[in-house]
Amino acid sequence: MTSAAAIGMPVVKDVALVLAHVPSLVQLGAKPLRVLREMPHPIDDLAPHLRSYDGARAYAPNQVFLGNLTVDQLAKWPTPWWKHPVDDASRCGPDGEIVPEDEFLGLLASADGFELLSLERDVAERARVALDAHPIVGHDSGRPPIKPGLTADAIEERVTRHGALPLRSSDGRLLGAMLAGHDDDDTLSAQVLLENLAVKATAGLALAHLLARPGALDRSAVRYVFNCGEEAVGDRYQRGGGNLAKAAAEWAGCARATGSDVKAFCCAPMHALMLAGTLVRSEVQRDVIVLAGGSLAKLGMKFQGHLKHAMPVIEDVLAGFAIHVGRDDGVSPVIRLDAIGLHEVQSGSAPLAIVKALYSEPLATLGLTLLDVDRFALELHNPEATEPAGSGNVPLTNYRTLASLAVLEKLIARADVDAFVAARGMPGFSPTQGHIASAIPFLGHARRGLVDGSLARTMFTGKGSLFLGRMTQLSDGISLIIERNPALA
Amino acid sequence: MDLRGKKVIALGERDGVPGPAVAECAKSAGADVILTLTACYV
Repeated sequence: MTSAAAIGMPVVKDVALVLAHVPSLVQLGAKPLRVLREMPHPIDDLAPHLRSYDGARAYAPNQVFLGNLTVDQLAKWPTPWWKHPVDDASRCGPDGEIVPEDEFLGLLASADGFELLSLERDVAERARVALDAHPIVGHDSGRPPIKPGLTADAIEERVTRHGALPLRSSDGRLLGAMLAGHDDDDTLSAQVLLENLAVKATAGLALAHLLARPGALDRSAVRYVFNCGEEAVGDRYQRGGGNLAKAAAEWAGCARATGSDVKAFCCAPMHALMLAGTLVRSEVQRDVIVLAGGSLAKLGMKFQGHLKHAMPVIEDVLAGFAIHVGRDDGVSPVIRLDAIGLHEVQSGSAPLAIVKALYSEPLATLGLTLLDVDRFALELHNPEATEPAGSGNVPLTNYRTLASLAVLEKLIARADVDAFVAARGMPGFSPTQGHIASAIPFLGHARRGLVDGSLARTMFTGKGSLFLGRMTQLSDGISLIIERNPALA
Repeated sequence: MDLRGKKVIALGERDGVPGPAVAECAKSAGADVILTLTACYV
């Protein structure tokens, strides 16, 4: 019954997910910035807890993010995960790569079109040499070049005389400095611009990965891009005005692209995927890219808990993704636009009403129940980041709520809640990068499973904490059913 | 607990019970809800 209706639906043609290991930028995260200035020896306290690139690369959740480990392998991985690295962990996986900091600083410099970021001479040269040899964003990729760096003295002068934000390594070495875009505009402060630049660099890297895949869209065929990150690009007259989508497309060499930013806190990726699907389904666009960059503000968000428990600060990576939504190709998984779960205004705040609106009601429109979904992807925040800070296991809480709905709907017995969670859920493996962690990190895994037949149907749900902006007490939510292409049946 | 006539601050969590849901429960028990907030820990 559902297969016939799925014919002609938009499909997820490809997914790219990237990480950038940036231990030196942890001290510039919103929480560390506030807390470290109150500590007598901030760097001395923080530095021993910052991981090496090898440590971050071999971290099992990051290997799941790249697609090298499955969620089921992670569920069986010995804990704590940070004490059990993956042997021979690869920098690259089927979904993307984890970039080391020296190269990422080069990406930042490459993404800066206003010469506000200056790197120290040796740092810039190291970044240039490494990035120029990169197989995807290398010298011949067409990306903007990395300009030669400045002497440490010249950068110090930018800091002391011009109020630039210094970028320092964990051992205090000066890596570079970021100038403000305007002396009297808080939305163009050096901190805000560095955050926005980090988004552009990670989103651009993800887009470059997506477009480098075999059979990928030609850059000139990218016509519309939705960005759904958490940054606010703008000026004092239009805070959050945008448009990061277009900025990332420009950086990646997509000369015929335009786009826009979709805002809904961590729910924005689901809104953007839905909108991308509708543009394709309506034939307004043949192909649409959905992308997002990482949140520098959320680096080290729970670092106090990590210090307290004598563990590494594992919120030391920025994340980004890019998704190609296109017309039905008879192979790629379809997005069921005819069964979208929406948290409406009238859905309110009662947990049961919310989960019904997001899960059982859209499934019911297709004559399905929760038991017809092989895997639910929802808040995928890594519990190893949140639990030491007392913030709980967010995915597990949400999976239990979902299982409770299954009990209420008499689909499973109360005793089967744990089995439901184990079979249809997954351990959280995403960096606590807000919008990134909202279901999307499983999309690469889901796409592989839905194509090879190990999965038939998945459900992706994003939730957004709109109340944090103080304009409504409501949260937000959207769920999308993504299932095996009916032509493969 | 008798909440009738008591001033209540309703603190909720997005992934648990949100603030407005806590507030509704408190109001139905006769409390005067003076502040409603929801936290998000991620």
